[in-house]
Parts: sequence; C-alpha cells; structure tokens
Amino acid sequence: MALLDLDPKVVATARALAARAAEPVVSIAKAHTTVAVERATLRLAGITGADSTHRAGDVPWVNRVIDTVREQCGLEHGVVLPAFHALRENNLGTLTELAEATAAGQIQFKIPAGKELTAAKKAATSAVAKGIRTVDRNRAQRDKLITKLGDPAQRPWIYLIVATGDIDEDVVQAQNAARAGADIIAVIRSTGQSLLDYVPEGATHHGFAGTYATQENFRIMRAALDDVSKEVGRYVRLTNYASGLCMPEIAVLAGLQRLDMMLNDSMYGILFRDINPIRTFVDQRFSRQVHARAGIIINTGEDNYLTTADAVEAAHTVTVSQLLNEHFAHEAGLPDHLLGLGHAFEINPKVPDSFRLELAHALLARELFPDAPLKWMPPTKHMTGDVFNGYLLDGFFNLAGVLTGQSILLVGMMTEAVVTPFLSDRDLALQNVRYVLNAAGSLAEDFRPAPDGLIVKRAHQVLGEAVDLLERIVDDGLLNAIADGTFGLMKRPADQGKGADGVVEKADGYFNPASEMLEAAR
Amino acid sequence: MSDPKRYVRPYGDTTGDGMIQTSFTLPIPFGPKADGAAQQLANKMGMDPAMVVHSHPIGDDFTFFVVYGSVKHLVDLDEVKVVEREYPLLTPAEVNTTLKKVLRRKLVVVGGCIGTDAHTVGIDAILNIKGFAGEKGLEYYRELKVVNLGAQVSVPELVRRARTEKADAVLISQVVTQRDAHILNTQEMSAAFREAMGDKRPLLVAGGPRFDPLMAAELGVDRVFSRGTTPGEVASYLVHAMQEKKGVAA
Repeated sequence: MALLDLDPKVVATARALAARAAEPVVSIAKAHTTVAVERATLRLAGITGADSTHRAGDVPWVNRVIDTVREQCGLEHGVVLPAFHALRENNLGTLTELAEATAAGQIQFKIPAGKELTAAKKAATSAVAKGIRTVDRNRAQRDKLITKLGDPAQRPWIYLIVATGDIDEDVVQAQNAARAGADIIAVIRSTGQSLLDYVPEGATHHGFAGTYATQENFRIMRAALDDVSKEVGRYVRLTNYASGLCMPEIAVLAGLQRLDMMLNDSMYGILFRDINPIRTFVDQRFSRQVHARAGIIINTGEDNYLTTADAVEAAHTVTVSQLLNEHFAHEAGLPDHLLGLGHAFEINPKVPDSFRLELAHALLARELFPDAPLKWMPPTKHMTGDVFNGYLLDGFFNLAGVLTGQSILLVGMMTEAVVTPFLSDRDLALQNVRYVLNAAGSLAEDFRPAPDGLIVKRAHQVLGEAVDLLERIVDDGLLNAIADGTFGLMKRPADQGKGADGVVEKADGYFNPASEMLEAAR
Repeated sequence: MSDPKRYVRPYGDTTGDGMIQTSFTLPIPFGPKADGAAQQLANKMGMDPAMVVHSHPIGDDFTFFVVYGSVKHLVDLDEVKVVEREYPLLTPAEVNTTLKKVLRRKLVVVGGCIGTDAHTVGIDAILNIKGFAGEKGLEYYRELKVVNLGAQVSVPELVRRARTEKADAVLISQVVTQRDAHILNTQEMSAAFREAMGDKRPLLVAGGPRFDPLMAAELGVDRVFSRGTTPGEVASYLVHAMQEKKGVAA
C-alpha cells in the first residue's frame, strides 16, 4: 500500500530521465568488448584450469589464450573465431589443449574467412550453447529445490556474511549461520580481488579479509549449503561478488555453479575501485545478461555512496543510482524480481530525527520499486567501536527494515569496523533481528506516516532532488557526471582508471555466440 | 608520598571497587560445567570475585558468557606512555596563514590507501572536503593542495606521484590488518621513499584504526595517527612539522 502518495508523473519523469542518461552509455557498451567479456565467453565454451608452470604463478588458461590472440590478431572480432579456428586447424580436442599448445608457442591465431569462418562460428556456437545449457539446468535445479524445500518463512530474508579467507572454514561458519537462521550466505572476497585481471583457480585457503572467488570455491560452498538446506528445511541462498575487473567471468562462474545472488553494480567499480568507466559499463552489461539467464538476483551497491558522502545530503544520489541500476538491469534483460536494489541506514545518529529520515528514505525506495527485492544494508560509518551503542543502532536498523517492507536484510554486526565478527557477534546480531521480527514484524500494518509529516515530506524532497540531478546528468552526460564527482564525491574521468587497456572496439565482423544467445533470449 | 592519582582501579559504582564486565565464548556445550569453566577463566584473568551473570548456547558446541567482577589489578599512571600532542591545534584560517608565511606556496599533500586495502574511509575522512566529526577535510584548506589517489595504490605509483606532484607530505591509510598487512605495507612504503629520495623524502604520515601512535619509528614514518583522528589534527601537525623542517634548514 502506498504511504507516500508519490506523484506518478514525477516517478515516470525520473524513470524517463534515467533511461535518457543511460542511453549513450548502453550504445558504448554495445560497440565495445573487453578482455573480460571474451574470457567469460571462452569459459562458457568450456575452458578451465590454469597454467601452473608460468613464472607469474597460476595463470588461468583462458588468460593465456586471450592474451595471445590479442597479440597475434587482436580481439576486435572476438576471441571465439580465432580460437575455434585454431582448434580445428590443429586438430585439438578441447580449449584446454588449445591453451596448453598456445602456452608452448605452437599456435598461430588468425581471423578465419569463407568456409573456415562458417566452421569456426558453428563450432563456437555449439560449445557456448553447452555452457548456456548448464546455466539453464542450474536455474531449473534451483527452482526445483525451492519448490521442494521452500523459501524462507519470513520477509525480509536474513543475509549473513562469512569471511575467513579459508573456504573450508567458511563452510563451517556458513552452515552454522544457516542453522542459526541465515537465509542467505555471502562469502566476502579477499581484499584486492576486484583489481585482479584474472580469476584465481581452485580451492583457496589464504585470503585477506575474505575468500577468493573461484569456480571451485563456488562449487564447494554451494554443495555445503545444499546439505544444510535439507537439514533446515529451506533453500539457503549463496551470494558472491560480480564486481571488479572480472565481472563477466565471475558472472559466468556463478551461473555454472548455481549461485543465487550476485553483487553487481553499474558504477561501483568505477567509483570505489577506480576501474575505467567504459570497461565497467561493457562488463556489467554482459555480466547482467548472464545473471538474467541464470535467474540470479543482483544486489546493487548504493550503500557505498553513503559511506563516503553524507547520508542526508546525498540521499538523492542513492535514488538516482537505483534508477540507473534499474534501467541498466532492464536493458540487460533482468526483470524486477531479480533487482536487489541497495540502500543503507547510514545517517549520523546524532542528527535530530535521524530515524524518521531513515524511514523516509527506505519507504521511498520501497515505493519507487515495489516489485524489486530491495537490499537493506546496516550502519557501518557510524559504528564507532562502542559495541553497545552499535547494537542499539542495529536494532533500529532492523526495525526500519521491517517497518518499511525491505526484502533482504544484511545483518549488522556490533563489531563492524572493529574486528571480523566473532561467533558470538553473529549470534547476538541474529538475536537482535529475531527480537525485532518477533516483536514488530507486522508493525507495517499499523504504520501510516502523517500525510504532511516529516517522513512524507522528506521522501518527496529526495525524489525531487533526484529528478533535478537526473536532469543535470542528462544535460551533462553520465560519463561527465561521473568524471565530476557526482556520485560518492569521487571524480572518475572516462579515459582513466584501471583496466582501460582491456577495452576493445568491436569490428564489423565481431562474433560472440554468447552475446547473441543472451540478446536473443530477451 | 605519591600522588593520590598515581594508582587507579576500574570504577563500577564505588571508588576502588575494581568492577569490570567482559564477555566471551568457550568452545564447550552449554551447562553448569560451562559456567564453571567461565568462572575459572575469569578468576585467572584476575577477576575475583567473578559472577557469571549470563550464559547461553551458540549451537551445540559453544557457550557465550557475560561476566561481572572485581579485578585485583592497579593501574600505575606513571608507567602509562602515550604520544601527547606536542603542537597546538589550529583553526583552518590559522593553518592557512601560517603555511603562507612559512612556505610562501601551497603545501602539497598526496594521499591514498596502499597495498590491496580498498577501504578509503579513513583517507577520505581526512582528505575529502566532507571531512569527519564536523571538521572539513584537508581539501577545504586554501593553502593545501590535496591529491587523493584513492584505493589500492601501489607503492611505486605512490612514490612516482609524490615525486611528480613535489609532495611535502604523503598520507597513507590502512584499515585491513589481517596478517599485519597494515604494518608490512607501511614499512614497504617508508623503505621505498627512503630508497628513492633519501633525505629529500616528503613527510610520511600513516593513519588507521589499528595503528599505535608509538609505532612511528618501527614503521619508518614521521607520524602515526590512530582511531578518531580529525582533519584539523592532521593539518595542525603538518604545519608544525613544516615549521620544524624550516627551522632545521635555516
């Protein structure tokens, strides 16, 4: 039920402006490919493993192939044409064999023509289709398990993070968290993985402040959660991060291993990781197409803006980013029920009426995106190390979450910014959530903000400011707005940032069967 | 006679009662034996008497405790060593006028998070105009030129930028502390500056919630700022350090 009485015309204007702002960026995304998109495509086509003899350590085979193709004939036509042509020409059985031969310097890549081109296209299409079929099967399997075991009994779903650095320890923590009530487990990645231009290989045991995202780690954790799902009688979802320089590849690996949710923001990498804007927009489009195919719920990262900017002054930038994320997601084929748009409880608790303002912002998101599974993020910026105060703040965060109908609640830890959570911190945090759900889970029923009260007025004001900002972004261009520090106060020019050299303009004969299948499915 | 304030005890509700509270988890099942175990640990920690006021199971294998009790220990304030601020806190206007007088140009500050650390919260709180704790960040100061390199800056890149920007001071922030990453990264950074620039190196300042201000020498930096540091303190320190430097040079 609508409580804010938002003007549908203003809402429609906001969406139209977001679409206009995004349009030029979508065109750029369509006209380019990246090393990461090409690697993701080869992963769908079945390449696995790493070159363990390389002096730089384990280099994934897919990186060896892409780098060599790029050196020898460029990536303007996509990697599959030269790769599948070389496979046939050299009578090799698999892409991994091709990679080994490539590493040994035995392969000369070229862009095929005529009959050879037709043959390469056919072979590539059939290999990629196999990968897509695995993704489809995983999606069906998830649906089957949900039918059998069921979804969580309550909304919001309870989202807990594990981050030990060792996948085996993560399994223990994740299973215990599920037994204690977690509906979603997120395995935080090792610090710095977002800036690796490759995906590490195998099971890993030494991450920093998190565990590396690898295909094998995905498999191990999904299997562990399948076990515990049976035990607790509900399907426990698994989350990881499709952000950084390997967005498309990680998205593919998530689809291949039946992950259920992925962090995937259209601008996070640009703003917070200083990744080149063009690289990010190309990568996020492909990765979201893969997520759409896999039925994966994306989680966007608007909470991050509020950790750098002031949560009151910058409230409208969250709304703007949500609208942009929504548009980019729709454009990539993601329906509303897979859009976990993010926002956060980050207003300074010393600000008068801070809780009322939080309710206004949270309700605005709820009513702007009624069918999206919104992700509600706990306080971090004003968690000071005073754990007692932090526990209280988390209680208010939980209350705001249930009162405004948030869909996914990331459980706040009182030891935020102090230590990685103790076992007891997580237990206390879940008690906090349970208490609020039990005491006030249905309070939304009785909650009617006064029509001309602070909450309603504030929500209208934020939406108005969002429309103003979107107008400026349309005039200025989204890339210029990002360059000027509009979001999260960070200035990111379009020609700078990490990974810029991995962006390639597509040639006329560019061919990528994955893109074709994913576009066609929309 | 010693100063009556030299020795102190924790204060619960009466002077000298020594009361503290603590909480912890033991890897044993919930029950009377677990409570007894918690009691024993508290006694060994110097809490006597200790009261296990609450316990509850976490899963089958763990028990969580809250313990109140009196500690026997005394704090000897004469033995407490901390870094006391040896410079005056200046307002932004005072910082600007002093710098103008001392340098006759803008003071250049280059900052960033080094290593794999992606947490820019600290460096942004100090550098961004937005600031922290009601104080504007260093970007707000007219006589400071601030170059914020953001997250995950490599040490060679930091040295290179410090050189091209002719930095007077380099501020680095470290939040992640797993396996002492913050210490190792900072040492690597200070060593790189020493090697690349010797005595001509800029002022090196490290900040982060888990740093101890007494660690400056060990880290090879000029100053360490810990949790709760405000931009004004950093700016005041920079002015102080510049004055010292000029004093020596003159």
